[in-house]
Amino acid sequence: MSVNTHPRVDFDVIASLVKPGSRVLDVGCGDGELLELLQAARGVDGRGVELSQKGVNESVARGLSVIQGDADSDLKYYPDSGFDYVILSQTLQATRNPKNVLTELLRIGERAIVSFPNFGHWRVRASLALNGRMPVTKDLPYSWYDTPNIHFCTISDFVDMTREVGAQVESAVALNALGQRLGFNMPWGFWNLFGQQAVFLLKR
Amino acid sequence: MTKASRPAATNDQRLQEATNPHSPVVDFGADKPLHLDSGVALSPFRIAYQSYGELNADKSNAILICHALTGDQHVANVHPVTGKSGWWETLVGPGKPIDTDRYFVLCSNVLGGCLGSTGPASINARTGKTYALDLPIITIADMVRAQAMLIDHFGIKQLFAVIGGSMGGMQVLEWASSHSDRVFAAVAIATGARHSSQNIAFHEVGRQAVMADPEWKDGRYLEAGTVPRKGLSVARMAAHITYLSEPALHRKFGRNLQDRQNVTFGFDADFQIESYLRHQGMTFVDRFDANSYLYMTRAMDYFDLAAEHEGRLADAFAGSKTRFCIVSFTSDWLFPTSESRTVAHALNAAGASVSFVEIESDRGHDAFLLDEPEMFSAINGFIRSAARAKGLLPA
Repeated sequence: MSVNTHPRVDFDVIASLVKPGSRVLDVGCGDGELLELLQAARGVDGRGVELSQKGVNESVARGLSVIQGDADSDLKYYPDSGFDYVILSQTLQATRNPKNVLTELLRIGERAIVSFPNFGHWRVRASLALNGRMPVTKDLPYSWYDTPNIHFCTISDFVDMTREVGAQVESAVALNALGQRLGFNMPWGFWNLFGQQAVFLLKR
Repeated sequence: MTKASRPAATNDQRLQEATNPHSPVVDFGADKPLHLDSGVALSPFRIAYQSYGELNADKSNAILICHALTGDQHVANVHPVTGKSGWWETLVGPGKPIDTDRYFVLCSNVLGGCLGSTGPASINARTGKTYALDLPIITIADMVRAQAMLIDHFGIKQLFAVIGGSMGGMQVLEWASSHSDRVFAAVAIATGARHSSQNIAFHEVGRQAVMADPEWKDGRYLEAGTVPRKGLSVARMAAHITYLSEPALHRKFGRNLQDRQNVTFGFDADFQIESYLRHQGMTFVDRFDANSYLYMTRAMDYFDLAAEHEGRLADAFAGSKTRFCIVSFTSDWLFPTSESRTVAHALNAAGASVSFVEIESDRGHDAFLLDEPEMFSAINGFIRSAARAKGLLPA
């Protein structure tokens, strides 16, 4: 379910947002790399859900508690407030109903951490404006017809959606192409142009 | 029939294992009756078991293996009747995922079985004759109660892990549900929290085949000196199909003919698959008791963990601190992945720690007994992680 194969610069940011010893559900946990990092670095009680069988098997072989499941259909089986944090890293854009998924994250977790590639990044905009074609970049390597990323959004779009579901943005981080944090007090519009990835910490 | 002498010899051997087994036994006397789900107190009764490895000083390294319908306690040693190697030697042994150098591995013949534990072929102390169908109906929960008494006998307070596939997996779920504080980790493979209607249907076909055999003698065949070979053999043939998959059968046998160039326009075993099934049926009769087969299949039919909790499966695991690993196989149509997923969802809803792995395999239900590297790696990862959490391995 986690569909970005590029080195995961968002992982360290996510880890920095998680309080030590908390209960964490990673939705779309891939091969379990982030969960393993969170257990080692933050001592969390971590669980994962992953769509791909390969990812689940690799995670379980690492000794993680991971189940095969789909963010769109299986989050309903989780009880309210079962976790301190529910993480959705680089997975939102691959869900069928992102708004519903975000609502579920905030039902299951006291807080949600969402990271996603920003489709408003200047390089994406330039690629579309100049070439007139759907962008294929190092971070978005798929062609339009075979991409698992069916619901791309920009940082501004995402901020709008958090308002629609009544979520509070506790903190947000935008990363440039080198994985460096953009300056803090920039307006959303600036982040939306220069942030290649964004990580949001949301509260109900 | 030159084969006539061989089954007779094996039959004696089989009966010997039922009443006076090679395995060590624990006898529970009148002071320790087993209170069965049927309301009957079974007493006295006996449990036969095999063990591998050493129990450590604080008795924290015990792994209980629960065997399947027609399995037995001979997990990792040569079988006393068939002479074949243990049924789970791929998984259990020194240096294997269930490492007998590290863990004390215990497997008991289930209550109602025919390899030494009290079953329909045992002598009923009240009548001095074999129980046959006078043995009360045994349930999965009853089997687990008997196992709990066995680990009491060893002074084990909490099992490090309970592991099993198919009917063994049902016992694992029952253990985790009704003795949750005595199970640190649970691995339930190719199983479900209930027996489906289709599965009950197949079992009923098997039972009717046994009971339709005139040699069955209303269950009193041991006294009559007969063996309901045909009935039990047909039951096994039908059941065996459910353990495989259509693609695996086709890959292995296709429409290939057995030692002949053309069909014979008769009812001989023209096709290899027919010959294979007949062989499966015949060899099964050599090692298994027909009445025991009736009891085992009934125990599975009656299993419905949710029903014991007003239909809410999650309540069966409420507050559980056990770590679960659920494993299913893509081509298993007897216990399809959907059954395992139901269990995984219920465990999630109960807030339990659960891993759920579906293994890609075309070998059907029996895949859990076969060499499946992905299953081994999942179980190995899960067991090692649980062992670290329990302090049996360095963190």
